[in-house]
Amino acid sequence: MSHSPKAAISALESQFKILSKVEFRGETTLSVEPGAIADICLFCRDSLGFNFLTDLSGLDHFGEDPRFEVAYELYNMERGEWLRLKTRVSEDLPEIHSVTSVWPTADWHEREAFDMYGIRFTGHPDLRRILMWEGYPFHPLRKDFPLGGKPSEMPDVAFSAAAPLEGGPFVTVPSTATTKDREPRARG
Amino acid sequence: MAEIAPVTYDSKIEGNVVFTQLDAAMNWMRKNSLWPMPMGLACCAIELMASASARFDIARFGSEVMRFSPRQSDVMIVAGTVTYKMALAVKRIWDQMPEPKWCIAMGACASSGGMYRSYSVLQGIDHLIPVDIYISGCPPRPEALIEGLLRLQRKIEKEPALYNQKKALFEDMAG
Ligand code: SF4
Repeated sequence: MSHSPKAAISALESQFKILSKVEFRGETTLSVEPGAIADICLFCRDSLGFNFLTDLSGLDHFGEDPRFEVAYELYNMERGEWLRLKTRVSEDLPEIHSVTSVWPTADWHEREAFDMYGIRFTGHPDLRRILMWEGYPFHPLRKDFPLGGKPSEMPDVAFSAAAPLEGGPFVTVPSTATTKDREPRARG
Repeated sequence: MAEIAPVTYDSKIEGNVVFTQLDAAMNWMRKNSLWPMPMGLACCAIELMASASARFDIARFGSEVMRFSPRQSDVMIVAGTVTYKMALAVKRIWDQMPEPKWCIAMGACASSGGMYRSYSVLQGIDHLIPVDIYISGCPPRPEALIEGLLRLQRKIEKEPALYNQKKALFEDMAG
């Protein structure tokens, strides 16, 4: 069953510049310009009825330019419709406008994306780290950050050390092979 | 004929006197009333709670009084994943516990970081505080925790309690 909001998508296409549109298993993903994200979100909420932001997450496409991406999962509670918005931000200026004024729930999600990827959300009321401690110098979900972590020291607050990986990191590969072949191993 | 006063044997009190070593007496009192500081940081804490419940009843071994004040507790049971963000807080609580004190690392996470070979998890609480007993398992069953507690009791039995208590004094006397 498709929960793709046809009317909402065509309304968005007529109002804003849509960079690409991907349909996958009944879900629609629209790529949009980063500069317009706040206006698009406001339009989605007020005119299209997307009254719930289910999730907001960061992504790191290491090696590509622009490097980072922010994904917004929108939900229309009355009609049961889903819509995903994506927008890219560059590594040199990883900044995008906050949508906390549209959906207050974006507050902590944006803090998490800031903490893990270093994407700054302008206009956010309180953009602090949410998982790591204040003063931790890295953004650990970036692809160029080692799995075992890096040493750091913040006197009287916290410290961190690199975890021993003993030949790892141990990673699994997505495939249809048997469990034995799929299980996490050190893959040089 | 003058009556002989019973100076060496008094039948009224003799049955109530037990001779022992001071160390043994102190250790006996300590080991049977180990008040835990429940440092429940993740899933292992659920098993820690279960071991205090009626089914497993850690009270049988004198450890039912979970103290949430470090100043009243004897053994810190680190039950769960110690993140770097929490690590110094655990250490601070440990430092507030009065001597004599012991530490049980319950589960894979507290003992070695467990499955979290990760940037955010301390690879074993023994990097920060001295651990007496490591309990394997993810999570260990309550029986395993009780076994660990009994082993700690056996360890306490052999401690030079008086010497540890007055260590500075004895070292002074020895010059
Ligand atoms: S050892 Fe297993 S059960 Fe215990 S805290 Fe770690 S992950 Fe959870």
